[in-house]
Amino acid sequence: MKILTGNDLATGDVVWWTGSGWSRHVEDAADVGDQGEAIAHAEEGARRVNSPYVIDGEQSDSGPRPAHIKDRVRALGPTVRPDLTLKPADPDAANRVL
Amino acid sequence: MADFLHFRDDAPHDEPAVTLDAFLGQSNAGAVRIESGEDVRSLLPHLSRIRLIEISFPTFRDGRGYSTARILREAGYGGELRAEGDVLVDQIPFMRRCGFDSFAPAAEVDEAVLGRALDRYDHVYQPAADARTPVWKLRHG
Amino acid sequence: MYRYDQYDQNIVDTRVAEFRDQVERRLSGALTEDQFKPLRLMNGLYLQLHAYMLRVAIPYGTLDGRQMRMLARIAREYDRGYGHFTTRQNLQYNWIKLSEAPDILADLATVEMHAIQTSGNCIRNISSDQFAGAAADEVTDPRPWAELLRQWSTFHPEFSYLPRKFKFAVIASDEDRAAMRLHDIGIQIVERDGTFGARIYAGGGMGRTPIIGKEIKDFVPVTNLLSYLEACLRVYNRHGRRDNMYKARIKILVNDLGAEEYARQVEEEFAAMETLDIDPPLAEFERIAGYFAPPAFDANAPDEVDRSDPDFAVWVDQNVKAHKQSGYALVTISLKPVGGIPGDASADQMDVMAGLAERYSFDELRVTHAQNIVLPHVKKADLYALWQRLSKAGLAEANLDLISDIIACPGLDYCSLANARSIPVAQKIAKRFSDAKRQRELGELKLKISGCINACGHHHAGHIGILGVDRKGTENYQLLLGGSGAEDVSLAKITGPGFDEAGIVDAVEKVTDVYLNARTEGERFVDTYRRVGMEPFKEALYG
Repeated sequence: MKILTGNDLATGDVVWWTGSGWSRHVEDAADVGDQGEAIAHAEEGARRVNSPYVIDGEQSDSGPRPAHIKDRVRALGPTVRPDLTLKPADPDAANRVL
Repeated sequence: MADFLHFRDDAPHDEPAVTLDAFLGQSNAGAVRIESGEDVRSLLPHLSRIRLIEISFPTFRDGRGYSTARILREAGYGGELRAEGDVLVDQIPFMRRCGFDSFAPAAEVDEAVLGRALDRYDHVYQPAADARTPVWKLRHG
Repeated sequence: MYRYDQYDQNIVDTRVAEFRDQVERRLSGALTEDQFKPLRLMNGLYLQLHAYMLRVAIPYGTLDGRQMRMLARIAREYDRGYGHFTTRQNLQYNWIKLSEAPDILADLATVEMHAIQTSGNCIRNISSDQFAGAAADEVTDPRPWAELLRQWSTFHPEFSYLPRKFKFAVIASDEDRAAMRLHDIGIQIVERDGTFGARIYAGGGMGRTPIIGKEIKDFVPVTNLLSYLEACLRVYNRHGRRDNMYKARIKILVNDLGAEEYARQVEEEFAAMETLDIDPPLAEFERIAGYFAPPAFDANAPDEVDRSDPDFAVWVDQNVKAHKQSGYALVTISLKPVGGIPGDASADQMDVMAGLAERYSFDELRVTHAQNIVLPHVKKADLYALWQRLSKAGLAEANLDLISDIIACPGLDYCSLANARSIPVAQKIAKRFSDAKRQRELGELKLKISGCINACGHHHAGHIGILGVDRKGTENYQLLLGGSGAEDVSLAKITGPGFDEAGIVDAVEKVTDVYLNARTEGERFVDTYRRVGMEPFKEALYG
């Protein structure tokens, strides 16, 4: 699958395109097919996202999973500070990034 | 919005600028265009008969033109010195300090934004090609 | 330390207003990201993996308690309660909102701080010796020279769009605690016939092509320093490569031209420059130097230290260094607890350090390029009380320059350029060697980890260096041996094929075992490596 991601312009938060808007959670990411660039262009123009880009991903048991480790770290947060990630209560979350 | 800016008392010099090679090949031209990366020092013997030097900025990241401008002013060039190309509004204050006094930016410049930028700093730390007094001179009279 | 006058304060305050205007134009859509990026970078604001990152300048690594408390307050109010001290003596916040960045800069300006030129292709924060003004071996305090450079380089109109970033380091002793020779321009202040001058090294750097800086000028008096440096920068700005960002640093130009030819071109430029009234008068240098006068030391302070508490004695032996004033000492606070994140400090720890500086060190702190904090002027009689307070705050790790005192870049946990994570590797190595006796047995061993080829973690300059790379989508770590960023400067060499995360920890242990078996009396790891060469280490690693 193709996933569209970027950062919120004002806050810098990592965001994922859901098909109708932007979510902080990669689990909400939609498969954008070949529409990623077009959506990115429109959304960036409207300042709803900063520096969007399309990545490869796959559907897993827990939802969409970015193909590259860098985007999996982005999706979770720093593996060395579980308390600052999106899954602070899940001790195994960092291992699933690998 | 403006696509040409001029900070001189005389009128803009509108003669088409020739290339550095053409100029050095015995041209009678009074206007010359310096591409980024060309050595402007070859112009120094001829400065008294030049009225416009246009310095090209192919991208705003290419800062060679700032040195080119200062070299010309340090050598005593008093004619029009124009920055042409990818010139961004936030860069114009530094360009003014390096001796540029006219601008032909590829994209139009918001004059209100430029006005704020040019008036913003009361003080500068170092002398350059403009008349501004560095703070060390203010401190020591 | 230096204090802003009305002019310095006015310039920094104006910068806040300017950046507020630029941020507003970005948020309103008047600026695209492409246009805004060089503007925000010129103010140290990056878009990183998880959020915006703000790098705050700590000029030549010197700050006072009030400034450290402000860094703590910003960490609490605008970030997530901590900051990261970097290898260029700066501080980074990892969770900044663009919309709040102007307010942060306004708060910083109230304590004479800023983020000016902490990124971008301009002259960056000037770094220096963390022991400046206190080291027993310095000829003079290098910081007035560094402050002179700070002011000259701030908003320099000609040198704000250089081919690439430009880093200065200034030291004033033969011992190099600032990796001076690995900077674009390194300056050593030396004494000749009773006056001080700058010995200039050019073209050093790390990154993907590490090069040791070469001497291009043996002595520049302070009254010519800025015009000489202006000439150095102008030659670079005009002739440095702009076609390939990986070949754009001055080290490539100096290497391609040869140091002698580069020096000749600088001299030619300098001959013209010298006449232009670029240099401030000596009175300006003296004005600045006046701020760096030694504090009011107690001449009768006792020189003895009560070492009866054995844990305290271990810390003194490791983290306390000789001061030029009898009765005083230099204290390094390690930000490298075993299992911690190298260089990170919580807001609470920053407040503790600020308080200790105010109470015990004439209100001064320093940041080191090895990501630790220094209290530069501590009475020996106060060391025990200081150590007890540091212990309570988790800041008394006695590991300065030992294998767990690791330099590590933020790596793939935070940095969008990284190929591999650095911090977990640092943590696992520190845990493997967590036995304090074992670390002391290994002696001075500088281990440095970078998560990509850009070498922010100084791996080329590590006695042991580790470079994280991306091998087909998985993290892989190359091992390097024999580097040094100190006065015995050298570049580390790769041992051979890389390792996975567990493998690199084992590999580090193996090379330390080779050292322990091969060393002679008094040899450090790097000395043994230099004597026996790579082979025995390779044999142990790859057999």
